[in-house]
Amino acid sequence: MLAVVQFPGSNDDRDMRFAFKAVLGAEARLVFHKASELPPDTRGVVIPGGFSYGDYLRCGAMAQYSPIMAAVKRFADAGGPVLGVCNGFQVLCESGLLPGALVRNHGLHFICEFVHVRVERAAAPFTSRVAAGDVLRIPIKHGEGCYYAEPGLLDELEQGGQIVLRYCEVDGSVSAAANPNGSVANVAGVRSARGNVMGLMPHPEHAVEPAFGGSDGIAILGSFADAVRSAV
Amino acid sequence: MKALVYVTLKPDVLDPQGKAIVRASAQLGYDAVKAVRQGKLFELELDAADEAAARRLLDEFSDKLLANPVIEDYRVVTIEP
Repeated sequence: MLAVVQFPGSNDDRDMRFAFKAVLGAEARLVFHKASELPPDTRGVVIPGGFSYGDYLRCGAMAQYSPIMAAVKRFADAGGPVLGVCNGFQVLCESGLLPGALVRNHGLHFICEFVHVRVERAAAPFTSRVAAGDVLRIPIKHGEGCYYAEPGLLDELEQGGQIVLRYCEVDGSVSAAANPNGSVANVAGVRSARGNVMGLMPHPEHAVEPAFGGSDGIAILGSFADAVRSAV
Repeated sequence: MKALVYVTLKPDVLDPQGKAIVRASAQLGYDAVKAVRQGKLFELELDAADEAAARRLLDEFSDKLLANPVIEDYRVVTIEP
């Protein structure tokens, strides 16, 4: 079972559950942030997008201390797969489960548009359905999506294969023009050193049916659903 | 006790809001404004025995919540009875 965490201000929680249940046929349940434990049959955790706690102080800063996050940390420390999208990515960075931080977009504007991202690493549990070099078209919608890692950390991430997705042109080339928010090295998604926690700013749950404008998000959510099914 | 804690982005983290303020300054004719870094100032009321205890509390609290040490620095500006 996939646990989709709900904070006050989360707004992609139901979209995420829809993507997993209705599109991918996976079992997914909403779990309120005040719970101090994840349901016992939890095999994967998703931290969805939105504006947890109104983005007060910093995006994700308050949510990191919600009761459920202690349980999510224990789950991740035990090797359980955890996926954070947009605000969920910010929460995972704030809580120290992922390296780096997300700051205000380079151009200050809130951006809502489809972008292209290149898969840098194809591996379970997040990108097993794609190959390195594949280009996915997935929307972003954020004001604070500029990924920051200090130079030493960035080298570590590059060498450790922790950069999973990069903003790119339609042909897969990585350019400054394809970088929507000023993220360092065009980073759109990173994983933890151990590989079981990943965060990304694009919203795969908003690209799961042709009527959404595209269905490339299935590549990522489907990989995650596969990993969760095989863990049962 | 009362305290002021000042949080700023680390010098190597880009501050687009500061840059936008500089551009607006120039449009208003304030060419003398050459650079702006935007920060946050927190006014706190504390229950602490003395200044040393207040400082310990503020250091811990700032590290844990007020600032994100990955991107921000903090400074305790004042502690007053």
